[in-house]
Amino acid sequence: MHIVDGALSNPVVIGGAVAAAGGIALGLRALPLERIPAAGVLSAAFFVASLIHVPIGPSSVHLILNGLAGLILGWAAFPTLFVGLLLQAVFFGFGGVTVLGINTVNIALPAVLVGLAFRPLIPRSGPAMAALLGGVAGALAIALTTLGVAVSLMLTGQEFLTAAHLIFVAHLPVIALEGLLTGFAVLLARKVKPDLFTALQGTGT
Amino acid sequence: MAHVLSNGDTVLTDTGAEHSASRLGALDPRVRILAALAFAITTVALDTLPALSAALATALSLLALSRLPAMPTLKRVAMMDGFILFMLALLPFTVPGDAIFTLWGYPATWQGLARAIEIGLTANAVVLTLMTLVGTMEPVTLGHALYRLKTPETLVHLMMFTIRYIEVLRQEYLRLRAAMKVRGFRPGTNWHSYRSFGYLVGMMMVRAIERSERVLGAMKCRGFSGRIRLLHDFRTTRADALFAITLTAILLALIALDLTWR
Repeated sequence: MHIVDGALSNPVVIGGAVAAAGGIALGLRALPLERIPAAGVLSAAFFVASLIHVPIGPSSVHLILNGLAGLILGWAAFPTLFVGLLLQAVFFGFGGVTVLGINTVNIALPAVLVGLAFRPLIPRSGPAMAALLGGVAGALAIALTTLGVAVSLMLTGQEFLTAAHLIFVAHLPVIALEGLLTGFAVLLARKVKPDLFTALQGTGT
Repeated sequence: MAHVLSNGDTVLTDTGAEHSASRLGALDPRVRILAALAFAITTVALDTLPALSAALATALSLLALSRLPAMPTLKRVAMMDGFILFMLALLPFTVPGDAIFTLWGYPATWQGLARAIEIGLTANAVVLTLMTLVGTMEPVTLGHALYRLKTPETLVHLMMFTIRYIEVLRQEYLRLRAAMKVRGFRPGTNWHSYRSFGYLVGMMMVRAIERSERVLGAMKCRGFSGRIRLLHDFRTTRADALFAITLTAILLALIALDLTWR
């Protein structure tokens, strides 16, 4: 899911950086210092969760879980996922420097959108319904991310058109998997600790 | 912090090459961050193969100077190459131009091959420099340096918390996985595995938020007033100035090389 340096055209890279800066600023406004510990520990949790490899057929994929991040964190998912990507780039070498902005937008914007749409519904519905909504949110977020990556490539040039198509098709199983896992994660969290979805709430802009 | 990827048992405070007396480790962290950024922007702006090769050579010499263990670092970079290989392999077939050979009726072109090599060189040079200049820092130092570079305070605190708790939560994750394993869990492509993984992720989030409540309680108990202080102070020295001048000269040379070959 990471785009590397040098692949995208300058307008896409600059547009991505500007959009990311705006999203991070909005997200930080939703985070008073009182809520930094909650957001910080959850950010670490998402970082660790993204290293889990889940088998799928003969291969395995690692999770992104941006849908779940949006459901739990709302707007705060933007700076949180940015921090994760920054640490991954610096210490693991995944991604790049100039593309950090566009990568953040592609992963965090779907998270925030899904959060805005589904987060208020989760605490109100029963566990089974919450799990279903969570599953839809998880699948939708990753689908939008894949779409974002494809669009960033297509905006760069015609030569990436085939790659963009293939990336989307290749990610269809991942979309289903993320949806399924997010659904089960929401089911458990909704039963064990319903506060999880409201802990950072009342802070959205 | 790279041990998170492998299963080494290094703790967070042991990361970074700061302790090894490397030339780069003595530089001001702020200078190293800005240098990595300047190098990245310059390299992305380069368009010709000779200039990009020179950029990669620069990155490799920085790696040699940093005394970072070369093999693991290069292996990590190769891992990134594995991810993008697929996209690069498609390029010769999708960029129009003069054909080299034809595969199942699709011609591969020289222009596409050149474009793929350009992207590969850029990505490798930038990531390698980032890992040698910034990735060798103590993660906490990185936070302080970013703060001194006028990064919003809230964002820095968020990052510091993330850095602090990654290792703690990774241990918790490994404990949960061990608990699953002793109960006979073997991951596979089936409903049961996916449900178990979903519950695992949900449980990690529940434990994370509960931990954060305790952390906030402990902070308040010690007089947390809504401000966290960042104590590190940095000083630029002559070595920093020398490094900055050398790097600027190299970057200008790269741009000149790029323009002459265009």
